[in-house]
Amino acid sequence: MSVGAVPVGGRILTKPFKALAAVAAVGFAVIALRFAVGLGATTAMNDGYAWGLWIAYDVVTGTAFACGGYALALLVYIMNRGRYHPLVRSAILTSAMGYSIAGFSVMLDIGRWWGAWKVPFFVWRWNPNSVLLEVALCIMAYVVVVWIELSPAFFERGRTAALPWVRRLSERALVILDRGLIWIVALGFLLPTMHQSSLGSLMLIAGPRLHPLWQTPFLPLLFLISCLGMGFGAVIVESSMASRFFGRRPHTQMLAGLAAIVVPILLAFAAIRFGDLMARGALPLLFAFDLRSVLALLEFGLVVVAGAMLVTRTARHRAGTQFRAAMLLLAAGALYRFDTYLVAFQPGPQWSYFPSLGEIVVTVGLVAFEVLVYLVLVKQFPILGAQPAPPQRPRPSGIARVERAGVTG
Amino acid sequence: MGISRRTALKGLAVAGSVAVGGRARAAERTLPAAPPDAVGLLYDTTRCIGCKACVVACSEANNLEPDDAYWPGGLYQAPLDLNERTKNVIKLFKGDDETPSSFMKAQCMHCLDPACAAACMLGAFKKREFGIVTWQADLCIGCRYCQIACPYGIPKFEWSKALPKMVKCELCSHRIAQGRIPACAEACPREAVIYGTRVALLAEAKRRLAAYPDRYVPKVYGESEGGGTQCLYLSHVPFEKLGLPTLSDSPTHDPVRTLQHRINKGFFAPVALYGALAVVLFRNRKAGAAERASEEAP
Repeated sequence: MSVGAVPVGGRILTKPFKALAAVAAVGFAVIALRFAVGLGATTAMNDGYAWGLWIAYDVVTGTAFACGGYALALLVYIMNRGRYHPLVRSAILTSAMGYSIAGFSVMLDIGRWWGAWKVPFFVWRWNPNSVLLEVALCIMAYVVVVWIELSPAFFERGRTAALPWVRRLSERALVILDRGLIWIVALGFLLPTMHQSSLGSLMLIAGPRLHPLWQTPFLPLLFLISCLGMGFGAVIVESSMASRFFGRRPHTQMLAGLAAIVVPILLAFAAIRFGDLMARGALPLLFAFDLRSVLALLEFGLVVVAGAMLVTRTARHRAGTQFRAAMLLLAAGALYRFDTYLVAFQPGPQWSYFPSLGEIVVTVGLVAFEVLVYLVLVKQFPILGAQPAPPQRPRPSGIARVERAGVTG
Repeated sequence: MGISRRTALKGLAVAGSVAVGGRARAAERTLPAAPPDAVGLLYDTTRCIGCKACVVACSEANNLEPDDAYWPGGLYQAPLDLNERTKNVIKLFKGDDETPSSFMKAQCMHCLDPACAAACMLGAFKKREFGIVTWQADLCIGCRYCQIACPYGIPKFEWSKALPKMVKCELCSHRIAQGRIPACAEACPREAVIYGTRVALLAEAKRRLAAYPDRYVPKVYGESEGGGTQCLYLSHVPFEKLGLPTLSDSPTHDPVRTLQHRINKGFFAPVALYGALAVVLFRNRKAGAAERASEEAP
């Protein structure tokens, strides 16, 4: 499955590594404080806004950024476009890190964390009506699945380990994985389909307390479509940055292919969102030009601009345009999710919420930690796909040769 | 390859249509019926004098500390609203030219079909004996989804504690078990809040509406709001002025439950999708192997 993935190599303790480690350390210090003194003293959450930045960013937005593995699984394994294979492994790594961090963030956010183990095990207590239960179980399962999907990278490295038993174990594991991975890959597609749409359904229960610009029975479909778009966007951003950072040739051709898929996804999202607002008679709210209307318009603006940037073939093949459009697309998806979970939620005029410094420091620290682990793993294990062949010098065509011959002769 | 892609898209279409189609038949469900032993409160704004005796009685009966959050360490006055130390509160709606002033008592409504219980992962919040919605500590992980779900904003979280609990009115179920009545109803000097079975309270509310039609907004709040509640309200000012949301007759969580049931009915859709995916993957792999073989053969 590796298609020539090789470890990038190089020193681990670089300057960026140390900087990231410092930021992560501050985050973990605040996390320790949160467990010592509770949520009220460290966060700005309250009985009105019971969910804050940690849910809106780390879980709801972070797992969508981490949908690269999901998006590429759809493309490569289900639609059978094998040529995108070199992008898969690094996308899976991003997914594994994003989902693991999301799971960890949930543990910080829940008040009674010592009972969290009961959720997967108290089967006889499961409430089949609870969307959150479905989300929780699916995300837990997917974290396991996505690390299994990534595990060939570790075992391929293990094959060349110094210890003979590690070599033997790795060989055997690779054989088992090669046979069984299909079942895992299918799960790796099913689980995100379920929980990403359910992340939308979660806010349905807020009923009239969710602003009508966002409250719609199409929430699950919109969340599912947006996570696919964000998944492809994240792959483009991650691949471009990795190429740049490690001085590798960019996969511009392949990313152009992804950009081409992104356009109809963006179009579908904008069309469904707009059509739904129209059908529910909520369009006047969109043009009320208050805070919520401006943010909703900004969502549409980002989607349209990102899509427009990638409309033409030539634009899609420019590395810079790919990167910028993908960043806008991620911003659009992130804003939609923040709006749905924080801005659109209206518990009453007496409540307000803006994340505390502690919440922000923790979130930034966890992102730093995520990047740090990414850097270490791609240096040590075969994860980044083989570089594309160097661009060939344009070979003079027959006519040109004749003309040139004519000129010189 | 063509076939496999089509199969894949079909699978997606199934998932998509299931996810969306839930809305269409949301009305299929019948509305919740009150448990036969349902008890509750009837609060009448025309009788309340705002003495807050019920607030104090509630705090005593439930061993709640005084709420000094507004002025920590200062002299205790009264809680501003429901919070982690307050399960019952009296608030004033300050009237204007059109609407007279009114007091308002807030506590858990004990819905016939509670959103908190629908949201709760392991059923920590549940309708238990007498239809009272109670909280079972060992099943709660503090995710606070109940706070997102409750249309009345009732469940509160102990933000100030490192090992927090959820706090809300449980209709003094511990007192009811001893054959007593909820502390607020016992303390009220004007019978502005009375305790009884839901059937009796509803009958009494309708009797008052019929006897004094000019005194009240012609409606018992809670008879059908959000599927109905066990705590009922009579008011001389519009209910939304009292902070009671305008809700339809079906529970606010009905759309999501219908959707969830449709998708997960016997776990059919996920299993079908999983099977379809596995088939597609197998075909793709076989096709890939055949391709490689044919490339190597010549």
